[in-house]
Amino acid sequence: MIKVGLIGAGKMGISHLAILGAHPDVKVVGVCDTAKMVVGALEKYSKFTCYSDYRKMLEKEKPDAVFVALPTKFHYNFVKELLQKKIHVFAEKPFCLNPEQGAELKELAKVNGLVNQVGYHNKFIGTFKEVKRLIKGNYLGEIHHFVGEAYGPVVVKKKSDTWRSDPAEGGGCLMDYASHVIDLINDILSPVALAKGTDLKSIYSSNVEDAVYSLLELENGATGILSVNWSDDTYRKMSTSITIMGEKGKIISDANELKVYFKDTDCPTGYSKGWNVKYITDLTDQVDFYLRGEEYSAQVDYFVKAVEGKVPNDINTFESAWLTDRAISIIKTKAKATI
Amino acid sequence: MERILYGDNQFFAVNHISDSKSREQAMKFKDNSAIIKTLDFAIDAGIQTFMCTTHDRIAQICDTIRTNPNRYGDFKIYPCMPYAHKYANAVTELGIAGTVKQYVPGNLFGTMFKGGMAFVSKDYLKIMELLIDAEMKMFKGIKTPVIFLQNVITDLLLGLGMVDILKGFYDYVAKKYDAEAGFITMNMPLLLDTLESVGIQNPIICASINKVNFRMSGGKEIYEETLRTRKFRAIAMQVLGGGAIPPKEALEYVCSLPNVESILFGASSKGNIENTVSHINYFDEAKN
Repeated sequence: MIKVGLIGAGKMGISHLAILGAHPDVKVVGVCDTAKMVVGALEKYSKFTCYSDYRKMLEKEKPDAVFVALPTKFHYNFVKELLQKKIHVFAEKPFCLNPEQGAELKELAKVNGLVNQVGYHNKFIGTFKEVKRLIKGNYLGEIHHFVGEAYGPVVVKKKSDTWRSDPAEGGGCLMDYASHVIDLINDILSPVALAKGTDLKSIYSSNVEDAVYSLLELENGATGILSVNWSDDTYRKMSTSITIMGEKGKIISDANELKVYFKDTDCPTGYSKGWNVKYITDLTDQVDFYLRGEEYSAQVDYFVKAVEGKVPNDINTFESAWLTDRAISIIKTKAKATI
Repeated sequence: MERILYGDNQFFAVNHISDSKSREQAMKFKDNSAIIKTLDFAIDAGIQTFMCTTHDRIAQICDTIRTNPNRYGDFKIYPCMPYAHKYANAVTELGIAGTVKQYVPGNLFGTMFKGGMAFVSKDYLKIMELLIDAEMKMFKGIKTPVIFLQNVITDLLLGLGMVDILKGFYDYVAKKYDAEAGFITMNMPLLLDTLESVGIQNPIICASINKVNFRMSGGKEIYEETLRTRKFRAIAMQVLGGGAIPPKEALEYVCSLPNVESILFGASSKGNIENTVSHINYFDEAKN
């Protein structure tokens, strides 16, 4: 049984909390938030002990691990303090406001030998895991182009601003939405090394971009396109996809469906020449408690198991999230300001 | 409950295995007349219950049902609330408190003063009741004998251990709407234990039940065991496993299970609706 605390009971925090609450190896020792409404409801109806001062929670409950689900601008200070106190940390995405902060935290976690993970849940989705396996196994041969996309209906009309519309707090489509796609590209193909050109377009927001279009070059030399728009209400919810073209075939994958084309018979077991279609139902492992998608439960379970020493701490590490922060910074630097 | 319930996922572009299929559905059911036409196919196939989310467009479907009593006099709706994406998108943008403020009818100074009072006094059950009333408005004058809580909320409350809210929902829909509460979940065995622990006996539980173990948390075996040995009214949903199982095989499995009172399915063509109904009838008759 590991003792886990949660700081930040917003949308992601509450989701993590419910999953942690149902996890057989976890004892949730404390929940910390300053929003009276949420804390009030948890105090009245849940079994969790609530705090408004996280330091009190750490002192009193002595958690082995803490989930940090605060707005990004708070991640650096909170995560640093937790690592200094020798506490394992799961942080929400995006990791930090800039790569310098992330670089410091990843080193601190390493030096202290602490388990560290960031909430890029797409890496726990069966279709994307299979894409990574096919690419790492070199089944597509040399990659000559990729397209990473995400569309969804977050900001679909002009309206009042929240922290999501403040670039200084980690708001905007690039940090909040495109980060998921960048993280997948980094992980499946190779880390982003260069942005040859970027357009950050504001559609309904006044302070931040609602869409990101960028031409990227990766460390392995592959080039491709990033196309992300969170003001697209032709999508019911966020839809993330990746298309990869290689010398031996092509992959088109989203979270539900994986389509793979092989030019000839030289392909992995379970595939054949021509089009192959696989569904998430074939590629997903069962979870013990389901809330919003298997991947949310799976990432929490993986972190818990890493703290218990049952799995290596090698998915969504601070190191990989830092590479994503670095890519965001690269894309931003090359951005033409159209906001 | 009737043996076969007709669902609404296909009308609102909910497809668990294909984004392109989902887009095709959004195009096909762009106009409400297309939804009504398909509902009519279901009625003609002998189905009298429509289980649907409290999506904005359902309000317009309800108008049609109300204004045609001859056609829809025996028709029942099982509302499933809330339409999660409406709130999920709002939470992303406005935060939790902002969302509740947006969707609880009235405001601090408005006619719904009790809503404002509920905020101040942190009377969460009262807030929940106001939200239920807001969602139920569109069904006025239509038979709604069972009212469901959507799985994302059921399972969230389950994980958080907020069982009194689940009980509050159960009590309120009985008191205010003379309806039975139903609970949609992806964690059927755990939910049943939890509901029984607050004194809810023989609850209506709608869960993913299918041959390929899709979204059956903890595994198919424990689901089958729960169906065999426990007392509750099960509705099987996602019986096709998101489309992974051929319909005939999928329905044969579900029909063979003990204690599944109803089967929920969605289909967007006349042929698929008729085939599903006739498969279920065939396997039911073969069993008897």
